[in-house]
Amino acid sequence: MNRDMSYAAVMARKNEIMKASLGIDFSAYEQSPVCFDYERMMRDTGFSHDDLVRIQRETKVGDTPLFELRNLTEAVRKISAAGKGATILLKDEAANASGSFKARRASISCYEAKRRGFAGVATATSGNYGAAVASQAAQRGLKCIVLQEVYDSRGVGQPEIVEKGRKCEAFGAEVHKLTVGPELFYCLLTTLEETGFFNASLYTPFGIRGIETLGTEIAAQVRARYQRDPDAVIVTHAGGGNLTGTARGLIAAGALKTRIVACSVDLSGLHMASDHDFNRKSFTTGHTGFGVPFATWPDRTDVPRNAARSMRYMDEYRLVMQGEVFYVTELLAKLEGIERGPAGNTSLTAAVAMAREMDRDQIVVVQETEYTGAGKHHNSQLAFARSMGIEVRRGDPRENIPGKNIVIPERLDQVTGHDQPLEKLRLSYLKNAAKVVPAEQWTAADKAFLAADVKRDSAWLESVLPQLKA
Amino acid sequence: MNKIPAETWVEIEQVILTPAQRAPGIPDDTRATPYVRRISGFLTAPAAVGGEATIRTLIGRTLTGTLRVVNPSYTHSFGDTVPELLKIGLGGQA
Repeated sequence: MNRDMSYAAVMARKNEIMKASLGIDFSAYEQSPVCFDYERMMRDTGFSHDDLVRIQRETKVGDTPLFELRNLTEAVRKISAAGKGATILLKDEAANASGSFKARRASISCYEAKRRGFAGVATATSGNYGAAVASQAAQRGLKCIVLQEVYDSRGVGQPEIVEKGRKCEAFGAEVHKLTVGPELFYCLLTTLEETGFFNASLYTPFGIRGIETLGTEIAAQVRARYQRDPDAVIVTHAGGGNLTGTARGLIAAGALKTRIVACSVDLSGLHMASDHDFNRKSFTTGHTGFGVPFATWPDRTDVPRNAARSMRYMDEYRLVMQGEVFYVTELLAKLEGIERGPAGNTSLTAAVAMAREMDRDQIVVVQETEYTGAGKHHNSQLAFARSMGIEVRRGDPRENIPGKNIVIPERLDQVTGHDQPLEKLRLSYLKNAAKVVPAEQWTAADKAFLAADVKRDSAWLESVLPQLKA
Repeated sequence: MNKIPAETWVEIEQVILTPAQRAPGIPDDTRATPYVRRISGFLTAPAAVGGEATIRTLIGRTLTGTLRVVNPSYTHSFGDTVPELLKIGLGGQA
């Protein structure tokens, strides 16, 4: 059969390809062009919490250690006001098979793919998720294809992404190394069509439900050791899955007062689809280039309805600069005796700043680490940045300009991060919804859904409606 | 030109979309370049570097493209030492 393989023709077949490769009929959950039954979609995965734990134990996922960072906590207390300086805990997700929390996300998808008789799984990601799918697929006897955005047009690849590609191949996956561009999705669609593989998308209900165990483990571990719930859990935020799954797990465990804090590296000013800018950022994910657009409109992914809906659960959003993260990464090694990769260290950086403002008897949890090594190490990142003409120096991190320089703090009290006002993001979300259906035409059900999707109520939505029409 | 023997581990390159075929709405610097894919596998038959080659991938699929690299390897490292990092946190001081 000769199919039209042009960009436009393949994109037009998107829905049928997705339906065949996921087995989820998303239209069954649609209630209007704006709202859908999110909770029913999540429930229909059919897994209980115990099922998730059992499936994950089969493939070396979960039950990771929770460490108290005693020396870093002490260092923060030394620069804090009297009575301030919360205890910082770190959930060592690097202990999962494939070296990151993404193993949780991949485990349920691969289990489901096997159960339904698919021969293999495919996923489009340059992140740890590729290695996680490859590792889980290997354990389930599934073939695996990972599509990665690796190179700029000169064939230069960011060392961290190159390393992630290596890891996928090490687990026996076929790795597609692509140049910069949003056509990654086009390639995923053609690959799914060619192979008939399961779409192990980051954003399916299976992926997000797999992360819920991270939240329940945190609640159980903190309660067992400190006889209380964590006051705040900080999540490195990009596509929103990590935050959504963790928050859902905490809620399922009854930790209802725990503040859910998102954290991203501030890369304002760099264009994510630019061939030139691609290699001038030192973070390949966990940054504002993904974090902000995904928060303000989750339904922009490779599935019709995204199960990762971060604003539904987010209480606060902190931004940190690249230089601040590199400084804290180095402190983790020198003070705590562990080397870990960039993702968890992003939220660790925000935790250092937040712990300083929190009371001494409070607890802040950094909910992930990831493995490090050649390519992923912060020295690799900084050496690569230097080779790309980025200035690297010590100084005041407020002088960081993404794509131009990386200013590494000279002292811990310069690690402050900064706030991303949530109200602005909530309004952006509503403006995006108004592009689907004009706000004047929203029904009461639409309004209730949209308000819940940004953790607000209908009264709040009514109060901001005039700003939308302005 | 010397042919590379069958079963050699190689990398091929495929132009997926020419600049004219690329997605609408992408930045101009990206649009000026083709969309390219590189995949590694074992040569199914002798082929010359720069010529057309067919590979069998790690999952057994057969793909065709231009032979780019023989025995593609990973050379990423910890990078040149960044002295600015070394002085951080010495003596347990933040």
